Amino acid sequence: MKNFIRISLLIILIIGSQLNSNAAEKIEYLKTDWSFKGPFGKFDRAALQRGYQVYTEVCSSCHSMKYLSYRNLVQNGGPEFSEAQAKAIAASFEVKDGPNADGEMFLRPGRLSDKFVMPYENEKAAQAANGGAYPPDMTVLAKARGGGVDYIYSLLQGYEDPPAGVTLDDGVYYNKYMYGNKIKMSNQLSDGLVEYSDGTNATVEQMAKDVTTFLMWTAEPHLETRHRMGFKAIVYLIILTVLVYFSMKKIWSRIETEV
Amino acid sequence: MSEHEYTPKSKVGKWFNDRLPLLTLANHLTDYPTPKNLNYWWTFGGILTFCLITQIVTGLVLAMHYIAHADMAFESVEHIMRDVNYGWLIRYIHANGASMFFLAVYIHIFRSLFYGSYKSPREIIWIIGIIIYLLMMAAAFLGYVLPWGQMSFWGATVITNLFSAIPLVGEGIVTWLWGGYSVDNPTLTRFFTLHYLIPFLILGLVVLHIWALHVPGNNNPIGIDIKKPSKDTVPFHPYIVIKDGFALLMFMIVFAFFVFYTPNILGHADNYIEANPLVTPAHIVPEWYLLPFYAILRSVPDKLLGVIAMLSAILILAALPWLDTSKIRSAVFRPLYKQFYWILVADVLILGYVGAMPAEGLYLLIARVATAYYFLHFLVILPVLGFKERTIPVPLSITEPILGGSPNLATAKNKDSLNNQ
Repeated sequence: MKNFIRISLLIILIIGSQLNSNAAEKIEYLKTDWSFKGPFGKFDRAALQRGYQVYTEVCSSCHSMKYLSYRNLVQNGGPEFSEAQAKAIAASFEVKDGPNADGEMFLRPGRLSDKFVMPYENEKAAQAANGGAYPPDMTVLAKARGGGVDYIYSLLQGYEDPPAGVTLDDGVYYNKYMYGNKIKMSNQLSDGLVEYSDGTNATVEQMAKDVTTFLMWTAEPHLETRHRMGFKAIVYLIILTVLVYFSMKKIWSRIETEV
Repeated sequence: MSEHEYTPKSKVGKWFNDRLPLLTLANHLTDYPTPKNLNYWWTFGGILTFCLITQIVTGLVLAMHYIAHADMAFESVEHIMRDVNYGWLIRYIHANGASMFFLAVYIHIFRSLFYGSYKSPREIIWIIGIIIYLLMMAAAFLGYVLPWGQMSFWGATVITNLFSAIPLVGEGIVTWLWGGYSVDNPTLTRFFTLHYLIPFLILGLVVLHIWALHVPGNNNPIGIDIKKPSKDTVPFHPYIVIKDGFALLMFMIVFAFFVFYTPNILGHADNYIEANPLVTPAHIVPEWYLLPFYAILRSVPDKLLGVIAMLSAILILAALPWLDTSKIRSAVFRPLYKQFYWILVADVLILGYVGAMPAEGLYLLIARVATAYYFLHFLVILPVLGFKERTIPVPLSITEPILGGSPNLATAKNKDSLNNQ
């Protein structure tokens, strides 16, 4: 058993040194309590729906969501819109389809099976419309940034006047959480910008939290299943480990050697 | 293969076994006499077998859905994560499985270093192990490229560029590796092919590794030769099987924790950004298990010498059975070696830490000192220690009580012969 403690300590040491090295450039992000954190974390359904609203009304004019389909809005563990709602959402977008029998491309209302419609034809068009900066695709953004959701949540609220001595070019803004503090996206959120259909007061903080929750879901659509399955798997493994431990004791007792 | 003749009881079994002695092999494996004092550090061999099989099985499933094309690889990984049934689970097991594999292999290697398992007559087992370790690093690197994220792309660029350090033909080799003038689609498709091939090479070498192990039998914590079978041994089944099983389950709990609760913590966030040849990430960092060697590479100011240092750091291990001149295997009876051993462990952890840091200022200095010490350990300390060290007397068998001044003639002799060395 002494060896066990040693092995566990070594594992902790190795993992610890790794985590430490990841946290090299620590910035204090704004904190909020995320419902999806922790081993039993789940998404807040209402926050996901509000977050979707913020994304559609604010972010989606520049940021694409290319790995998400309208059908995902219905799926378990997501915003769980009703199928009728999701169909209506999809139908409100025009999707380019074709070619038809005449060889022409045509526009039609979106269907559940369609991917989210992109705001720009391609990356170059997106850059041209945004002063050379490409608004990153948002589907996995929450996993693609060092600070994760805390980073996005903070960034949305991190706009400030530049400190004395910092000059900004045209179309560049100061954000205290951005890497290098210079960002080409202007401050997007202001109190009351969207009118939440569930009557929630749309403060900047509220919108930032909602849309970030939504982005966490788009990045990890199966997070709830993962947490549930993880709990079952680990409980199962622990019970099995205990049983095997006593079997081992019994078997080794035949030769009177301590295991 | 077996010390005693084995005959199956049933007629059919005997008929089959005479033509293909599979049952003799199975009998050998279950009866295989194993030292009874093996501690939990010895369970990592079984754990590693589990890791290899897990990687192969999950990898096969991933390959059914993955598309090895520069324009589609990233998207196909997202397809696996979203639309394939339990694709997220398979991929997270595979990605974290690589880290778990290395965690286990490092413990396995350092166990060998502590108990002197690489010494005669087990040199071949050790050398096969080093080849497996090299192939594991190759497989891990190639696999990390496949999702075609930013770290994939730039990691591939940095590592393949190391070959350009070779004089005269270096640039040509790099172009040949890439299949073009930069890391691009031809690079991805060949990396995928090789990533698929290497695990099966490893599997073959693992068979040889175990075969070579079964010739002299296991080393053990006190590092003495034991008679087999004897009072010092137990049959592999059920004694070692149940103990390995118990340790494996403990390991799986740690594994499951990573897969289900922090599946991305060991990866780099930048790898969720699709590869972009026009944007270089701020820091290009390899996966944690390659960091010590990355630190050695960067601590040498010259590119070619850096590559040579990095390769030597691994290959020097293959020469270890001859660099370590001590006749005593286990560090338990080598008080000085024991201390140097733990300094080496600390040294490698320090190298891993500075490998993740920018190569400048104090970090670079630490990396240089640690690199120098790493080579010093193998090239100077170990050979000299074998001649200078006063070792503690070794017991004659596992069942015999530990010495403590027992007037045992045989052990007293042993003591003398040790002191005369």
